[in-house]
Amino acid sequence: MTLSAHAPAPDVPDATASGEWPDATGHFGVFGGRFVPEALIAALDELTAAYEAMRVDPAFLDEFARLQRDYTGRPSPITEVPKFAEHCGGARVLLKREDLNHTGSHKINNVLGQALLTKRIGKTRVIAETGAGQHGVATATAAALMGLSCTVYMGEEDTRRQALNVARMRLLGAEVIPVTTGSRTLKDAINEAFRDWVTNVETTNYVFGTVAGPHPFPMMVRDFQRVIGDEARAQLLEREQRLPDVVLACVGGGSNAIGIFTAFVPDEAVRLVGLEAGGDGVDTGRHAATITGGDPGVLHGARSYLLQDDNGQTVESHSISAGLDYPGVGPEHAFLHDIGRAEYRPVTDAEAMEAFALLCRTEGIIPAIESAHALAGAMVVGRELGPDALLLVNLSGRGDKDVETASAWFDLADRTAPTDSDERAVEAGRGGEPGPGLDTDQHATEGAVSNDRAVAGQDAGEQA
Amino acid sequence: MSALQERIAAARSEGRAALIAYLPVGYPDVDTSIAAMVAAVEGGAGAGGVGGADIVEIGVPYSDPGMDGPVIQEAVDVAVRAGVGMADVLRAVTAVAAAGAVPVVMSYWNPIERYGVDRFADDLAAAGGAGAITPDLIPDEAGAWLAASDRVGLDRVFLVAPSSTDARLAATVAACRGFVYAASTMGVTGSRATVGDAAERLVARTRAAAGEPPVCVGLGVSTGDQAAEVAGFADGVIVGSAYVRRLLDGHGADGVRSLSAELAEGVRRAKVQA
Repeated sequence: MTLSAHAPAPDVPDATASGEWPDATGHFGVFGGRFVPEALIAALDELTAAYEAMRVDPAFLDEFARLQRDYTGRPSPITEVPKFAEHCGGARVLLKREDLNHTGSHKINNVLGQALLTKRIGKTRVIAETGAGQHGVATATAAALMGLSCTVYMGEEDTRRQALNVARMRLLGAEVIPVTTGSRTLKDAINEAFRDWVTNVETTNYVFGTVAGPHPFPMMVRDFQRVIGDEARAQLLEREQRLPDVVLACVGGGSNAIGIFTAFVPDEAVRLVGLEAGGDGVDTGRHAATITGGDPGVLHGARSYLLQDDNGQTVESHSISAGLDYPGVGPEHAFLHDIGRAEYRPVTDAEAMEAFALLCRTEGIIPAIESAHALAGAMVVGRELGPDALLLVNLSGRGDKDVETASAWFDLADRTAPTDSDERAVEAGRGGEPGPGLDTDQHATEGAVSNDRAVAGQDAGEQA
Repeated sequence: MSALQERIAAARSEGRAALIAYLPVGYPDVDTSIAAMVAAVEGGAGAGGVGGADIVEIGVPYSDPGMDGPVIQEAVDVAVRAGVGMADVLRAVTAVAAAGAVPVVMSYWNPIERYGVDRFADDLAAAGGAGAITPDLIPDEAGAWLAASDRVGLDRVFLVAPSSTDARLAATVAACRGFVYAASTMGVTGSRATVGDAAERLVARTRAAAGEPPVCVGLGVSTGDQAAEVAGFADGVIVGSAYVRRLLDGHGADGVRSLSAELAEGVRRAKVQA
């Protein structure tokens, strides 16, 4: 077993035999590469060489497999969601449950690999950027596990949106630094992490959270995340004796999507669909749909698609999902788009929140708002393909962190007193009215005791 | 010989290092930033002093300046929000050339790529610019820029760092024309109490790899004394954040002029090694 990319699947011809990517200098076609100050090249070369040695080292592979099994809880299960699927044109929908991983998302897969690499190159400190806080939490977790000191950069705006994850990181012993430059979101956190790295590179490794950034990050993070698709492909063949028709995943930087796509790239009959954050709608300009609404350019160390203006300045992105609120995207996605192997579609905030509420109600699973974009994609693609289609959706994270955002969107707060979430509903331009997606009639589950006849919680036990 | 190299050689023939001033276009606004660049070139000349900057690095504002510290970020952020673009940069190039210094553009790569690499080369040459410094472009990724700069005869300055291997130093220096930018320390732009001897070691290593192109040192220099120290071992002294600091503190073009006078005196104080 190795982590090599695009190992041909045993029962299908290898569609990529002549096109293994990236090349030796980290290019996916015209995308990728290294657009960084010379001062970082030595560290990137060191990382590349150490990673190339580590990825074929049986001792590392054993340790990595052990951590994934005993610490993360892999393999993650596949869950079929038939009641949700009724809203997807009757297509069958199977979820890959990365939300059940330790720390609650796919981010742990990559972080364990990079933390082992950090120890291997003898560095004692890790830094990371984070948007929603999932990668920051995962990095803080791995640092605690492996005895590394940890600093996480997070846009000040995001520290407010994701206060729970800030507290989690601090509980785990990490230093969280709110970033107040630029737009105060993920892109500025990445800038700040690079500044830290170039200054402290002798002691510090940068644990990058997605398949963007300079070579070797897009390749290395993909290899650590490809376990998602490797498992899912085998699980589907075992339980369904067939491959899915479509694989869907949300795309911000794109690590969970690359993670589930990679094993299926050689299976040419399997459609790969990435769902980008459409925010208020791509035509409004307030979105984070980089491939749908952006152009090729250079950001954060690599050439890819990005949101930019006529002067080449990065444009601020907008999404209800902090984890997708990024104006760039990994270079391999840009490449898969340009060669036509994957397709990318936008999903608006409202569509994502409708799918979010639907999965909660129909299946008892609260997804991350990021992952809800993939669910919304399944609702559209399922209706296009009809009842015979088999859809595999990467449920990349759980929604605990998003409860406050959802509460504001659906106006679920206690109505007796004005609350913070009312203010946010007003901020979101809805004047306190619930956003679309909620079942406002509150239909009781079929066969359940009606609320009139039920004993209220505070009285339970009193009448026994 | 290239315009930059010629000017540095002229300074050397006076027994001194060249003074290179960095200022971004558009802070606090385009006109004031251009006036500040002209003031940096004048230095002490109008007050019986020795003049100012030989070369001006004209900074292109960029939204994600990963190599810059807080001082330059703060100024550039204002220019980005005001929509300052390449047309403003080219106007500054013309003004600096008219003031008698050699203008060289300093830009992160994406604004150049967005403008169009060939169009940028053509327009920069037409405006009288000597070439460009590209802090996040390494020669390995610079195919289009190497071709365009060769085609119109522009200089191109890449960076070397204390962490650069000998092999990379040799390759980078071979791709440079005009001068080689030696980043004195591992880190971002900004004033430092001491410049340190890492810079001197890097200049020596670069010269061993290089031969011909001059080696100029940037990152951390803010005072006349530091300029004198660096001038003792480098062909040119690059100062950025200290100039920008004068503008952020509200001292305007006059503040820039007086700093330039102090630094110009500094680069003349050291005895340049023959």
